[in-house]
Amino acid sequence: MTNIPVLEVDNVGLSFSGRRILDGVSFEIHGGEFTGLIGSNGVGKTTLLRVVLGLQRPDHGEVRVLGAPLSPRSRSLGYVPQKVVIDPDIPMRARDFVALGLDAHRWGLNRRTAHQHELVEEMLHDVDAERFADHRVGSLSGGEQQRIFIAHALISQPKLLLLDEPLANLDPKSVQEIVALLHRVASDHRVAILLSAHEMNALLPVMDRIVYLTDGRAASGTTDEVVRSEVLSKLYGHHVDVLRLHGRVLVVAEPGRDNDDIPQHPTLTIK
Amino acid sequence: MHILFEPGFFTCGPVRVALVIGAVTALTSAVVGVFTVVRSQSFAGHALTDVATTGGSGAFFLGISPLLGFIGGGVIGAGAMDLIGVQRIRSRDMATGIVLGSATGLAALFLYLDTTTSATTGATQQILFGSIFTIEPATIPLVVILSALTLAVIGLIYRPLLLSSFSAELTRARGINLRGVGLLFMITMAVSVGLSSIAVGSILSTALLIGPAAASVRLTNSLRAAMILASVLGVVATWLGILFAYDSFYWIPSGQALPVSFFIVSLVFVFYLISGLDVVRRNLGWLKAERLTTGSTPQSALALASKVEL
Repeated sequence: MTNIPVLEVDNVGLSFSGRRILDGVSFEIHGGEFTGLIGSNGVGKTTLLRVVLGLQRPDHGEVRVLGAPLSPRSRSLGYVPQKVVIDPDIPMRARDFVALGLDAHRWGLNRRTAHQHELVEEMLHDVDAERFADHRVGSLSGGEQQRIFIAHALISQPKLLLLDEPLANLDPKSVQEIVALLHRVASDHRVAILLSAHEMNALLPVMDRIVYLTDGRAASGTTDEVVRSEVLSKLYGHHVDVLRLHGRVLVVAEPGRDNDDIPQHPTLTIK
Repeated sequence: MHILFEPGFFTCGPVRVALVIGAVTALTSAVVGVFTVVRSQSFAGHALTDVATTGGSGAFFLGISPLLGFIGGGVIGAGAMDLIGVQRIRSRDMATGIVLGSATGLAALFLYLDTTTSATTGATQQILFGSIFTIEPATIPLVVILSALTLAVIGLIYRPLLLSSFSAELTRARGINLRGVGLLFMITMAVSVGLSSIAVGSILSTALLIGPAAASVRLTNSLRAAMILASVLGVVATWLGILFAYDSFYWIPSGQALPVSFFIVSLVFVFYLISGLDVVRRNLGWLKAERLTTGSTPQSALALASKVEL
């Protein structure tokens, strides 16, 4: 790990037609860290990720990737957007979509080298996608597609992988598999991860750092600093229990709260 | 031999020109068509044929080459759709509809003027439904050059275009000029529609653009294979269409040949129907199995992979 943060978000603010979306958001991500960007739907998680990617210019503040101001063509970033809908009618195999991650920005038809084909094979192996590598991307299940999108993003060897709600619309088993997979590839490929989610329990076993977004403001800290009853209760604006039982951590909301961030009935046990 | 090829088929000059023009335009349409289908831009493709009608009928009225009118009209239409907002999915349909509507109105005016000034209904028939047997041999080089340019542009933007067909966000995040790539593709679509307009007419050029591609994406598992199959289907439909139209002269006692476009478009439709049959899908499985996975050595798998991918 170097001392230069992989990502520095410095006092970023952004408004859309008079509505404040982000307000003085600052945080840092260091090499290899797994960071969860947590907040309810519509709180600005996607906007923040788009600012980090350089797709959205902030009104003020700065984003630096590896110490340098962000350029829109930064190859240091990998991205898995929220909604990629690939029609099953499209004749494209999963492996071809992964390979596109290597050279989608290149002009022309230059043939892929043997080395590049090896990279694709390795990547398919790393995300455990060899079984369905020759199936059409559109015909795969949500969890399988997510693996392919992750491989597509990782194959260009970015330093930071951004994932926008990759766990939404997945069944609990797939959620656990994808989280474990991300944790594994992050350490294997020495890539930092910034993953947005509205529910943090599934991420607690692997998350090093939390950036909690609410009302356009961000609170960040290590998971141990943030996942405490008094901190979370303040962030959510109502009482939240953090239970530590036999080395497991569990976040539970006050019963009767209409809040999709935290389950009222614990479904997952962690750590 | 005479049952299939009526006398004089291969020695007839116009037939030879038709075979060359038909093959070149069908091939270009097939390649562009696969991307049109993958990008769900069939409606935009059809709108371009209407704008090509306007250009072609306008060119006829002014006494210049309808081919240039078809292409010029299409390119202007592509630019107009881009300006109105074809790059955003939601305004895409609207932009397409607006351009299509106003262009067709203009085409009505031009076709009226064409028929009244030349005192024949031939203009309307030629513009809308093509007249592949009346193409000047001197047109061949221009058609070949324009086709080659179109295919070269597709080759140049192949990968950015492919990624942008799936996700605008992923494409922008890679630093690709999404709008530029989309506009370039619309222009190739306009040129390819213009080219097939001289073969099957402006209205029916949609059929050559969409039909072979739609059949091929059903039967293949990679874009490259789809493009090759679509080209074969397009060229075969065009050549058989020309043959049947030539032969039809001898079918009917009155001695009138039936329109080529009717045969070509019908064959394309038949190919599409056949591609949907389960028995075809099952027996053409080899089209999808472009790569051996189990039982092959890594080297041979790699060699095979590098062969099948673009």
